[in-house]
Amino acid sequence: MSAALKTTALDATAQAFLTRYAGLRARLPGSHDARDAAATRLRASGLPGPREEAWRFTHLRPITEFTFLEPLTPIEDCPRLLARLPEIDAPRLVFVDGRYRPDLSTPPEGIAVRVGGPAGEAVLAGEKLVDLNTMLGEDGAEIVVADGVDAGTLVLASLATDRDARHGAFHPRHAVSLGKGAKLTLIDVALGEGVYLNNSVLAIRVAEHAHLTHLRMQLESIRAFSFATLFADIAEGGEYDSFTLTIGARLSRNEVHANLSGPNAIAHLNAARMLRGQQHGDFTSIIRHIAPNCQSNQTVKTVLDNAARGVFQGKIEVARGAQKTDGYQMNQALLLSHDAEMNSKPQLEIYADDVKCSHGATVGEIDAEQLFYLRSRGVAHEEARAMLIRAFLAEAINGISHEAGRAAMETCLDAWWGADAA
Amino acid sequence: MSETVDSMEAVTAVTEGGYKWGFSTDIDMDMAPVGLNEDIIRLISSKKNEPDWLLEWRLKSYAAWLTMEEPDWAMVHHEKIDYQALHYYAAPKKKTGPKSLDEVDPELLKTYAKLGIPLKEQAYLAGVEPAEGERPQVAVDAVFDSVSVATTFRDTLAKSGVIFCPISEAVHDHPELVRKYLGSVVPASDNYFAALNSAVFTDGSFVFIPKGVRCPMELSTYFRINARNTGQFERTLIVVEDGGYVSYLEGCTAPQRDENQLHAAVVELVAMEDATIKYSTVQNWYPGDADGKGGIYNFVTKRGACRGARSKISWTQVETGSAVTWKYPSCILQGDGAVGEFYSVAVTTNHQQADTGTKMIHIGRNTSSTIISKGISAGRSNNTYRGLVRVLAKAEGARNFTQCDSLLIGDQCGAHTVPYIESRNPTAKLEHEATTSKISDDQLFYCRSRGLSQEDAVGMIVNGFCRDVLKELPMEFAVEAQKLLAISLEGSVG
Repeated sequence: MSAALKTTALDATAQAFLTRYAGLRARLPGSHDARDAAATRLRASGLPGPREEAWRFTHLRPITEFTFLEPLTPIEDCPRLLARLPEIDAPRLVFVDGRYRPDLSTPPEGIAVRVGGPAGEAVLAGEKLVDLNTMLGEDGAEIVVADGVDAGTLVLASLATDRDARHGAFHPRHAVSLGKGAKLTLIDVALGEGVYLNNSVLAIRVAEHAHLTHLRMQLESIRAFSFATLFADIAEGGEYDSFTLTIGARLSRNEVHANLSGPNAIAHLNAARMLRGQQHGDFTSIIRHIAPNCQSNQTVKTVLDNAARGVFQGKIEVARGAQKTDGYQMNQALLLSHDAEMNSKPQLEIYADDVKCSHGATVGEIDAEQLFYLRSRGVAHEEARAMLIRAFLAEAINGISHEAGRAAMETCLDAWWGADAA
Repeated sequence: MSETVDSMEAVTAVTEGGYKWGFSTDIDMDMAPVGLNEDIIRLISSKKNEPDWLLEWRLKSYAAWLTMEEPDWAMVHHEKIDYQALHYYAAPKKKTGPKSLDEVDPELLKTYAKLGIPLKEQAYLAGVEPAEGERPQVAVDAVFDSVSVATTFRDTLAKSGVIFCPISEAVHDHPELVRKYLGSVVPASDNYFAALNSAVFTDGSFVFIPKGVRCPMELSTYFRINARNTGQFERTLIVVEDGGYVSYLEGCTAPQRDENQLHAAVVELVAMEDATIKYSTVQNWYPGDADGKGGIYNFVTKRGACRGARSKISWTQVETGSAVTWKYPSCILQGDGAVGEFYSVAVTTNHQQADTGTKMIHIGRNTSSTIISKGISAGRSNNTYRGLVRVLAKAEGARNFTQCDSLLIGDQCGAHTVPYIESRNPTAKLEHEATTSKISDDQLFYCRSRGLSQEDAVGMIVNGFCRDVLKELPMEFAVEAQKLLAISLEGSVG
């Protein structure tokens, strides 16, 4: 009964998006073929529901409480939001409510950037949130680093403004492409105020021996909905090194599909999350070892307070023939409260025999002995607790080699603690 | 003894080292017409002279089954099962007077001899007195297709108050117990196959251990699927009252058949305060031939309820057979301090598919569970561990340790791990680790350099890989299981 009701509410929300598309269609940039195909699929299958295995722990029901409209043309300079961007001395591309804002951006040199429409080729067609993005996407940045260029650091910022009762939904579609031997550090920040829905898609291509460091900071409004779907293809000898910090959003899902498609490719999908209140955070990753001799590494740390709920779904697939694969995955959660809940589903799917794959998962509270150790040395209870939680997260964060990026992450952690103490 | 061994070798030779136990026994069968409907259920019920409440329960289960859909989430692929093309009842024809040992069909005894039911057991079946100081006795409840034909040791057991009999008999002799516990752990509408089983189950074992009794011997059931196109739907119910203990062994082999046969059993365990149930299985049903033709579909629901404080249920399984396995022996840890254990070895070769694991549901305080799963895939098989550890909000101090290791032999097979870890209590400590690897060249080289053949070396390494599970098996089973492992992997190492 209740399941049926939820589905109905979700269907109504899906229908609202489809209606919006019918109204906007003529004004949306680019070819409409992909948009129409996505709309057809959405009409047939709706939004992800609780009965789908990939969505068993994350229910979209809360989004049905709101009517989301396309965002109004941004007018203000949003100084409050800009001030919250990490202090990193690097060129930046700023999107406000899903639209590129040249006036707030400082485009990089040596990197080709194109904006004004959804970027990159179609990826993950059939994934429902990607289809929603394809259907309604208006803007995005296409970032291309040429062969052999070390492009330094670039900030990609998504700001969302609070328009009171008018809740915006935006679907940015970005693409990052690194040529052979190219290098880039992309710092990807999302923050905002109020209730909105940010449903982004990012397609990444890392060519032979290229190296992309991707630092993601999800600091969205505590009332917002944030869905980020990322597709990465890593060619021979390429490396995709990502770290995702999740602090914001009432309901968020971070879904990463990483394909190691050439030999000796490397992917790191590390993450740290701190959630409290009624927050729900989902980190889902699918790493496909398609070529032999590839390596993937994943450490995901989650701290849950109050009635927060954490979800981790991590799948490592090793295709037939992907011999000498080295896959490692560790997922640890710390529950700080009796109402917190953690659901983990690490998963291995292996079709090659000469592989080394392992995963580990732990869920528990702060170790009483460690706490006792600190207390016996005169550290106050709260301080000792904070110390241990920081140490727990440090294991993931210390792996970030980009110093300014790591410092920015740590600042976010401190801010989280500050809010906790307040 | 030697005759048994010879005939086994002969069979092995005929099937080219394939399924050792592929023979079928020609005896008269009493069969229900093909298909499934309410009349068939009434027929099964009347054949067994069942009370009305049980018939009603069956019909209700059938009605529930009709509304359900066959689950498709398991990582197995098989042709759609035509549930109307099966016989739902097949019993060896009895001449007169049931249950007297003398009247056991000699054909059956021969079958069991071939199956390797311990010779001593056959002696008991033949009425030979045991010699002084022999090893611990084992009581056998043998299930031949759908009917339990003979139960040994019942007198000895009865003296200590233990009830061990076919469930069809228990329905008549101990209706209050059966009615109280049947379906209390696995409700009729629990899942598709459990509902089907509840509607059409024909027989199985019933064990009741009264308060404070330690069952004086290990209890054992051998299942066989014999007739063509019969589904086997056993129902096992084991209830252990406060402070009781029982160790139950279940062994399975089935004759070689071309078509896929369906097996959908339900096993329910109930452990009250301080009670312990140890349930061990060796499953060696016909896995189909080297091309994946034939074999048993094994869709089993096994679940134990640790109802009382400090109760303990321990599942140990060695799964080498069946074309498709779908099996998740589970523990519901209700009582404070209850303990659940799951030790599993699953071997798949050729085209076998196994999707197996466990569920540990922590409800009571200070409950703990241990899961050790060893999967071995060879040939073109797929082997999946699927498990759930769920800690509910009130399970203070719950503890779980899970270890899933997979071993791949050959580059055409698959090994998969799908654990679900759900915690709603911060004081719960859950640990899960999984590894996948192949037999290391170093280990192989070491064994080979000491004169072992490639196959012996692999056998030894595999046995070592499974040691943590095999050591949980009762002695007789452990020996059989080690042999099974070696036999299952024969020819898969190149």
